[in-house]
Amino acid sequence: MTEGQIRQSKVDPSSRGGWWTVLNVLRQPTAAIGFGILAFFTVISLLSPWIKPYSTHLASCAVFEPPSASHWFGCDDGGIDVLSLTLEGGLISMYVGFTAATITILIGATIGIVSGYFGGWIDTVLMRITDYFLVVPQLVLMIVVAAVWGPSLEHVILVIGLLLWTYTARIVRAQVKSLRERVFIRRAISIGSGHLRIIWRHILPQIGPLLVASTVLAITVAVFNETALAFLGLSDPTAITWGTIMEHAFQRAAVSTGSWWAIVPAGLAVAILIMGCYMLGRSIEDALNPRLRVSYLSPYSWQLRTLVGRGKGAL
Amino acid sequence: MRRTGYIWKRSVFAVVTIFAAVSFNFVLFRVLPGSAITRISRVPNASPSMKKALAEQFGLDKSMWDQYWLYLKNLFTGNWGISYSNRQPVIENLAVAFGNTLPVVSIGTIVAIILGILVGVHSAVRRGTFADHFSTNLAVLFYAFPTQFLGMMLLIFFAGVLPAAGTHDPFAFNQTPWESFLDYSKHMILPVLTLVLTLYAENALIVRSSMLETLGEDYILTARAKGLSRRKIIRDYAMRNALLPIVTMVALALGAIVSGAILIEVIFSWPGIGRALYDAVLQRDYPMLQGGFLIITVVVVLLNYLADLAYYKLDPRVVD
Repeated sequence: MTEGQIRQSKVDPSSRGGWWTVLNVLRQPTAAIGFGILAFFTVISLLSPWIKPYSTHLASCAVFEPPSASHWFGCDDGGIDVLSLTLEGGLISMYVGFTAATITILIGATIGIVSGYFGGWIDTVLMRITDYFLVVPQLVLMIVVAAVWGPSLEHVILVIGLLLWTYTARIVRAQVKSLRERVFIRRAISIGSGHLRIIWRHILPQIGPLLVASTVLAITVAVFNETALAFLGLSDPTAITWGTIMEHAFQRAAVSTGSWWAIVPAGLAVAILIMGCYMLGRSIEDALNPRLRVSYLSPYSWQLRTLVGRGKGAL
Repeated sequence: MRRTGYIWKRSVFAVVTIFAAVSFNFVLFRVLPGSAITRISRVPNASPSMKKALAEQFGLDKSMWDQYWLYLKNLFTGNWGISYSNRQPVIENLAVAFGNTLPVVSIGTIVAIILGILVGVHSAVRRGTFADHFSTNLAVLFYAFPTQFLGMMLLIFFAGVLPAAGTHDPFAFNQTPWESFLDYSKHMILPVLTLVLTLYAENALIVRSSMLETLGEDYILTARAKGLSRRKIIRDYAMRNALLPIVTMVALALGAIVSGAILIEVIFSWPGIGRALYDAVLQRDYPMLQGGFLIITVVVVLLNYLADLAYYKLDPRVVD
């Protein structure tokens, strides 16, 4: 344990409490519901190969058969059970969401840390690049890149991951900038710790909880964009995801035949997952830093936390 | 001095961003792996002489820098290439599509802003009540719905009541301009409604939190102490300041508006820019794809720039 860390725990108790705050957040009903939804979807998706009632490749009932006791969510245009499709689609959709979010966080955290830690011209250059990606309409960029690369699941994951990191980079940068001025970092510098060591041992553990919140929020955007790209035919046409289920239903006349059951389960699953992640991520982020005013500049720019009882905001 | 400094900085950023997008457009379609000739000719097994002729026709036998220079020159002289699918100049195709996108997107955005302000302000002044919880949770739900899902639900729900596709009734002949306008407006209802539903939620949530913060300011307390009516405090004191973030909000929502518009135009077969982009992807119509990407990016960057200037005009503290 370095001198800096010992001092830190005495001088600044709040800076040690990051992970504790994350656990504590789960006591709030909003966060608990969000966590419950995320956990439920993860478990159900992982178990989907065993619990799905019918095959997703063989017809088990009539074309566009409405929901019934044997087929809870009805059947799609090929007579395939929609419940089974939704379960299996969840597995791949969530895989896309999680991996794309991980790429996002890796890039965003790296750029944010480098930018905030070193400052100066590195900061200026990196932040201008971030501004560029923030301004350019991302779905359009994704469509163009995905179209040039060709449709495949890996490309969709990469495209989403490579274009969504701006929010994380900005929020991490703000945090690292303020951390850098803290006493324990200055002490670590003065006793001769190298940059890598300071970043690895002192800064990363401090921004860890923030990265968790960012990851959970990034999943919402990644899943949302996956369905959009799949709907535009840029995902792997043979993969079953929530996005391709909706696309197939749309392309094969589910709308004109009024077969809402071929669309609703996948659409609602996306909406509920996004709501859950949003509620959880937002609660953690708010709990970590109630004064995080970067939010006005972010895509998730509203704050739902109540202002009752806090000095300035309370009536 | 700082004033001109700020405006100058934003202007340079806008120009650089557009330039970067233009260059990215060039790099993406030409320098990526795979021969540009096979991609452009779309004939994998073309004979060497045909490839050579094609390379000369598209200027691909020149050096990369010469090609880039040619590309820039063509861009500014309006020579954006010929669409593969309908053999019309790309720029003319895009102009028609843009004319169709503009009314849907602008009406949708304006209605979403007004609705967002109304809902946001109402739930902020009724904080903690059932009405507040209801409208806030409803907003989060609408934020979470995928655009294409909402669009398809509306299509099924209004099937037979409202037109579902295109801009005009295909069986109507000899329409007078007025009838044509009415027909067009009627076809616009569902696309605009979908856009409003996907956009209003974010606006409402931002307005609500901004309003809540403003309501805690000292000058609101002063206004109450002066005995002003509740209505006057909300409208003339709180809202005027709380609505500032709306400008930033609209600028940041531009990306969401564009992606929403693309999905909506695909669902409702609306012949706008988004639909053009989608068709270009399906038909591997690279000149159209390139042109569509460029025009959307340039418009979004310019609107962002205008929003920056407007925000500065409204709140000069932004330079600090």
